[in-house]
Amino acid sequence: MIRVVIPAHLRTLVQVDGEVKLDVDGQVTQRSILDALEARFPVLRGTIRDHATLQRRAFVRFFACAEDLSLESPDAPLPDAVAKGVEPFMVVGAIAGG
Amino acid sequence: MSSVRVLVGTRKGAFVLTADGKRQRWDISGPHFTGWEIYHVKGSPVDQNRLYASQNTGWFGQLIQRSDDGGKTWEPVGNEFMYEGTPGPHKWYDGTPHPWEFKRVWHLEPSLTDLDTVYAGVEDAALFRSTDGGKSWQELSALRNHSTAPNWQPGAGGMCLHTIIQDPSNPGRIFIAISAAGAFRSDDAGNTWRAINQGLRSEFIPDPNAEVGHCVHRIAMHPSRPNVLFMQKHWDVMRSDNAGDLWHEVSGNLPTDFGFPIDVHAHEPDTIYVVPIKSDSEHIPFDAKLRVYRSRTGGNEWEALTKGLPQENCYVNVLRDAMAVDSLDSCGVYFGTTGGQVYASADAGDNWAPIVRDLPAVLSVEVQTLP
Repeated sequence: MIRVVIPAHLRTLVQVDGEVKLDVDGQVTQRSILDALEARFPVLRGTIRDHATLQRRAFVRFFACAEDLSLESPDAPLPDAVAKGVEPFMVVGAIAGG
Repeated sequence: MSSVRVLVGTRKGAFVLTADGKRQRWDISGPHFTGWEIYHVKGSPVDQNRLYASQNTGWFGQLIQRSDDGGKTWEPVGNEFMYEGTPGPHKWYDGTPHPWEFKRVWHLEPSLTDLDTVYAGVEDAALFRSTDGGKSWQELSALRNHSTAPNWQPGAGGMCLHTIIQDPSNPGRIFIAISAAGAFRSDDAGNTWRAINQGLRSEFIPDPNAEVGHCVHRIAMHPSRPNVLFMQKHWDVMRSDNAGDLWHEVSGNLPTDFGFPIDVHAHEPDTIYVVPIKSDSEHIPFDAKLRVYRSRTGGNEWEALTKGLPQENCYVNVLRDAMAVDSLDSCGVYFGTTGGQVYASADAGDNWAPIVRDLPAVLSVEVQTLP
């Protein structure tokens, strides 16, 4: 079971409290997690990554195990701790503006 | 007894304000979609409980919300706005080519006749249509493929399609306006478009009389007289008596003819309203007095409406989609400010009072007159 933390605005949108728990088939990567997340909550399509290109939106970042993974390949395997559900995969709204 | 429902979009959510026909005591509902920018909320004339809202943030992009119970509950519908084909470039601020990029929905215009058809005006400028109640969106791409499109440039607020007007007497006729390209008209339901900017003069562009490049801020029409259009341009208040084929200036005695909204009285097609703003560089009311100006002669002769509006130390703005009228007798006029006030007049502008004073900056105001 993969644990995913999404930003407060998106939790409100999909009406969940706390973490989202997902079953992910195959290798656990950014792409496979986001595919599973969007399959569970179709309204999230376009809010984390672009509809067409599936690229991460500019002001969204991905973290896990205290590392910023935003610039990693979406198909790179995520740390074992994420794959085993020990640590969450975190979707974070970048701090911008002032 | 009739009642009114005022739909307010703000920088931090949507609000629904309701009152009976006297329009004296108001109930405030909201914020809906707290923390999100709500550029526009509008109801269907076919079923007034069907509302659409444009919800956006720079972080998470665009959502469209739909309500089927007059704003009590909402459901996110489709948010995929894909330009048809590979869009070519338009001009950037410095004149260099810049790719077309979807940013947000500025304006939602439900069909006059079909409950599930709704138009969306977006930035970068394009017109989309949904025929399934907002679940899916298709671009009416002939507009963006207009021969002048490579020369369109953004205004200060972005290259937005902000005005969509349907002609109630001619189902194929649609007017749209884009900052800073100008106004366009389709007579075949969006299959072809013509620029309708003759008569506009914009001193800030290389050719002041160019076919496109005019920063049109808003166009208004009275449904009983669809060939007469009123326009608040960046500078200049304009009028056309032939569906946009030719415009002439009707700024008359306005203290300044810069501004954003313009609207028409519900029962008097020659009574129009604007809110003069000092200048494009300052965006504050002239003389720090918030004044709506009314013309009962279709322009040129204007009177200041000030009763109940702040007449000193006022530095708010009124944005292009933030004025509306109801169709009660007498006509109610409403506008919202960047300071978070929503003002209402239940007597066609003679007297004003705030419905609410401390909302987030108001982006849009629409009104529904309910039976």
